[in-house]
Amino acid sequence: MYSEKVMDYFMNPRNLGEIENAAGMGKVGNVKCGDIMQIFLDIDENQVIVDAKFKTFGCGAAVATSSIATEMIIGKTIHEAMQITNKSVTEALEGLPPLKIHCSLLAEEAIRAALWDYSQKTGTIIEGLEPPKDEDHDHHHHDHDDDD
Amino acid sequence: MVYLDNAGTTALRAEALNAMMEFMSENYANPSSIYRGAGYAKAAVDAAREKVAAAISAARPNEIFFTGSGSEAVNWAIKGIALEHGGRGRHIITTAVEHHASLYAAKSLEKQGFDITFLPCDEFGMVHAEQVADAIRPDTILVSVMMANNEVGTIMPIAEIGALLAELNAQRGNEKRIYFFTDAIQAVGHIPVDVTALGVDLLAISGHKVYGPKGVGALYAKRGVKMTPLIHGGGQERGRRGGTENVAGIVGMGAAIELAMAEMDALSENHRKMRDALIAEILTKIPHSRLNGHPTRRLPGNVNITFEFIEGEGILLLLDSKGFSASSGSACTSGSLDPSHVLLAMGLPHEMAHGSLRLSFGKDTQKSELDKLLEVLPEIVSRLRAMSPLYSG
Repeated sequence: MYSEKVMDYFMNPRNLGEIENAAGMGKVGNVKCGDIMQIFLDIDENQVIVDAKFKTFGCGAAVATSSIATEMIIGKTIHEAMQITNKSVTEALEGLPPLKIHCSLLAEEAIRAALWDYSQKTGTIIEGLEPPKDEDHDHHHHDHDDDD
Repeated sequence: MVYLDNAGTTALRAEALNAMMEFMSENYANPSSIYRGAGYAKAAVDAAREKVAAAISAARPNEIFFTGSGSEAVNWAIKGIALEHGGRGRHIITTAVEHHASLYAAKSLEKQGFDITFLPCDEFGMVHAEQVADAIRPDTILVSVMMANNEVGTIMPIAEIGALLAELNAQRGNEKRIYFFTDAIQAVGHIPVDVTALGVDLLAISGHKVYGPKGVGALYAKRGVKMTPLIHGGGQERGRRGGTENVAGIVGMGAAIELAMAEMDALSENHRKMRDALIAEILTKIPHSRLNGHPTRRLPGNVNITFEFIEGEGILLLLDSKGFSASSGSACTSGSLDPSHVLLAMGLPHEMAHGSLRLSFGKDTQKSELDKLLEVLPEIVSRLRAMSPLYSG
C-alpha cells in the first residue's frame, strides 16, 4: 500500500531523535487519532535550520512524513521552511494512500509548531506563521484529499 | 513467510481445492436444471450441506442455507428476522463488540426505526447472560451475540444465553418469541459448536476461515424459523436465497469443514498450548505489554497483545519485513481512522487500542515459527518505542 520511498523512510528513518535545548520544538496530533509528531529544530544566528530531529507515535506514513520533513528543512532559513506544506511532503514521498494524507498535514503542522516555539522564545517574527492549533484538535475530521 | 493472520483468512487447503476443480471445469451444470449433469451438481451441493450440518450438529441438512459470504449470513439473520417480525416488535439486543457485519447491520436497522441495545462488555470482552436478561423487553424480537470475538478471541456464554431465552420464550409464547442468532464465524472448526446445546435459532458460518474458499458462507436456521430473504430470485436454497449456487465454493466449503471437524480436537489442544506459552513469553520478554481478551475463555489460536507507547501498523510493517504476517486493531490498519471498537469497548484508552497486535494460528502453525517470532518481536517493539514521543523508558 505504501510507495517504496515511504517504506524506505519508515524502515530507515533519517533524523530520528531529540535535540537537547532545541531552539524550537513542536508537538502535534493526539492519541485519539493515533498520531503524535514531535519535531526539534536547531537554528543558528542567521536563522538557518542547521539540524532537525523527530519523534513519532503513529503509522508508517506518520514516521515517513516526519522523517522526510526534517530532511527538507535542514539547511533552509526559518522563512524558507514556511514553504514546506503537506503537499510538498507528500510529493517528496512519491504519494501517500488517501487515508494517510492527514499524516503529511501533521508534518507541516509540526514544523510550524516548532517554528512558532522558536519565534516565541526569540521574539522573531516569521511571516505567515500562526500559533499552533489546540493539541486535541482532531485532524481526521478535515478533508485533506486535495493531494490525491 | 510465517502466516499468523488465520482469523483474517486461511489458506485454501489442497483437499478442498481438489474437490472444487471439477465444478469449475467440466461439471459446470446448473444444479437447478433437469439434465443429468445438473443432478450431479445438485448431489454435490447436498453432500456439502450435510457436512456443514454435521459440523454444527444441526438436526437436518435443510436447515443449512448457503450464502455468498459469512457477512451475508450475518446480515441475513439480523435483517431477515427484523423484516419478518418487525411488525410485532422493534427491539433488538446485540453487543458492542460484534464484528462489523453484525454491528453495521444492526445500525442500519436503527436508522429504519428499530431500537437496538448494544450491550457493553467487561474488561475481557465478555458479555454476560444476566446483561441480556436485564435488557429484554416485551417488544424484543432478536438477540444477536457472537460466539467468539474475531479480534480478542473471547468466547461468549452462548449456551447460557440460549437457556435463558428458552425459559423466557416458554412463558412468552410464539407470538412474543425472541429469536437467538450467533455469529459463529470464528468458532466453527475451532471450538465445539452444537446448535441444540447452544439453544440458537440462527448461526452464521464462513468457508474461508476453515481452509475453504472465499465467497461462500452458510446460515443455519432452525426448522420453523422464518426470516425475510435478502436476495430474491429463483427457487434456490428452498426459495429463501436466490442466485445460482456457487457449486464449486459450496463443495469446497463442505470438504474443508469436514476435515476441520476431524482435526479440531487435536489441533485446538496443540494451539492452546502454543497460545499460552506464547502469551507468557511475550509478557515476560517485553515490558509494558498486556494481554487483550480473556485469559482462558478464548479461542485456542488467538493471541492479542497491546504494546504500550507504540502504534500497531508499525509493528505489522516491521514484522512483515521479517517475514511474519499478522494484524492489529490500530486505526491505520482498519481502513478507518478509529482504533478497534472492541478494544475501546473493553475500556482500553485510545493509545493502547492503537498499539495492539493480533496473532492467529492456523493448522500449519509450528512452535518453531513462534520461537522465531519471539526472537524478533522484542527488538521490533524496542525500535518503535525509541521512535515514540510517548516513551521515556
